[in-house]
Amino acid sequence: MIVKREKLTFWERLYLPAILGGFKITLRHFANTLFRGRTAARETAGGYYPETPWVVQPGYRGAPYLVRDQDGDTKCVSCQLCEFICPPKAIRIVPPGPTGPVPDRPNAEKIPSEFEINMLRCIFCGFCQDVCPEEAIFLQKDYSLTGTSRADMIYNKEKLLALGGTHAGVQKWKQKLEEAQAQDAFPVKS
Amino acid sequence: MDWNFVFFSAIKIAVAFAVLMTMVAYAVLVERKVCAGIQDRVGPNRAAPPFIAAIPVIGPFLIRLGLFHPLADGLKLFLKEDFTPAHVRKMYFWLAPAITMIPALLVLAIIPFGSNLGTTNSKMVIADLNVGVLYTFGIVSLGVYGIVLAGYASNSKFPFLGGIRASAQMISYELAMGMSVIPIFLLVGGLSLSQVIDYQAGRSWDSVTGQISQFAPASLFQWMIFKQPLAFAIFIVAALAETNRMPFDFPEAEQELAGGYNVEYSSMKFGMFFMGEYANMVMSSALVATLFLGGWTLPWFGLDHAATSLWGGLLHIAIFLAKLGAVLLLMIWVRWMLPRFRYDQLMDLGWRRFIPLALANILVTALFLWARA
Repeated sequence: MIVKREKLTFWERLYLPAILGGFKITLRHFANTLFRGRTAARETAGGYYPETPWVVQPGYRGAPYLVRDQDGDTKCVSCQLCEFICPPKAIRIVPPGPTGPVPDRPNAEKIPSEFEINMLRCIFCGFCQDVCPEEAIFLQKDYSLTGTSRADMIYNKEKLLALGGTHAGVQKWKQKLEEAQAQDAFPVKS
Repeated sequence: MDWNFVFFSAIKIAVAFAVLMTMVAYAVLVERKVCAGIQDRVGPNRAAPPFIAAIPVIGPFLIRLGLFHPLADGLKLFLKEDFTPAHVRKMYFWLAPAITMIPALLVLAIIPFGSNLGTTNSKMVIADLNVGVLYTFGIVSLGVYGIVLAGYASNSKFPFLGGIRASAQMISYELAMGMSVIPIFLLVGGLSLSQVIDYQAGRSWDSVTGQISQFAPASLFQWMIFKQPLAFAIFIVAALAETNRMPFDFPEAEQELAGGYNVEYSSMKFGMFFMGEYANMVMSSALVATLFLGGWTLPWFGLDHAATSLWGGLLHIAIFLAKLGAVLLLMIWVRWMLPRFRYDQLMDLGWRRFIPLALANILVTALFLWARA
């Protein structure tokens, strides 16, 4: 495509109109910022970051935390799928083994004896959330994680569960229990 | 040896240097604040030393102005790792930042930043050279070596391109700049900057006896900006190009060269380039204020004559600094207003517009003076 260039007049070729126009625009913006406090941040977000925290939109992928089910029990069953899928290898799970802790949730076979996410490594990709068969880990809304040492940034199971809150979800195990109970019931419903 | 003179000169040098360095630091702050205002932001407003933050109303206001950011920035630069890449040519690599910085400091020597402090032997200029402006141009053209050496010594692509661009650009605009001021010296009849200031206050020096006589009443229209507006326009644009400022900042075009000639530098060596750039800006502004805006004089209230008291002398210095600041602000403002030229446009503007215009200006001024004589 050939764009036809307009021939500039002599006045325009002096650059002076462009320079004057530039002064006009920049002066207007400068005066608005200085005297009326009209900054882009204030117009769009209501203020600057540390004072006015950012409003997280739904669907945002923040830090991954472990969640509890509707009864307050740990959902994670220590299957280690998230550990295997994690691209930066940020997740480390210690399975309970034969002598480990007993799951606090009926129907669950296992519970991780330790579950760590290194938040310095995590890239917030959401693979752990996608791969979890138990809906036990979710990327939540936290985006500003700070700590004073590297060890501080490795979140353990207690911390992840505390930060994660509860998430009832589809309540897979509750439905399984109801199905099992229904199978025991006589006469069998058609 | 006149120990009085030595002592007084040393004090002048120390004070002028300290003022220059402070202006460099705060020019950076002004730059950041001005650009923030133009771009609808608030700019630096966080650095808060604890003892200042404790002052009730004034403390938070000063912090909002960002007055402590230059200190924090300087401290940061000093504390950074001074890294020398393995592939550089060490000697030139170390030399380049100093060569960028030093010309600006040398130009400071001949700028008359005030009349005197009440007595006739306390002139407020470190060295009142009678070839003033020749010295300036001689020294300023050394500045290009710093950037070219940095580009060459870094031994990598982007700095090298930056260095090449710097040499082409600075040599081109050096010519336009030098030619643009010739009409001024045709009018004044001498090269000394003190003489230029006297001319703008309506006084001329006799070329043989050195007698100073009032040839016209002091007025605003004696200033060179009104007598030689074309020279002023060419000089200020060439000054922008000489100091590598937008719209002529090719040697360090971030978007094209990832930072240009100073990519390989870190810590205080980078700081030297940074300070050198701003010191050059301050010195260019000082030259514009001296050559075109009447230096330390004002045509009212008898401020066009050398001061007779200490306070008058300080007032003259304040006037000079105010003019300098105004030009500096203009240079800073232009950076956030205009986009960068294309490289061929830059060369076109320098060689095919400004140099012929400057030559024509010389010719017209010379013909005018010849017709009048």
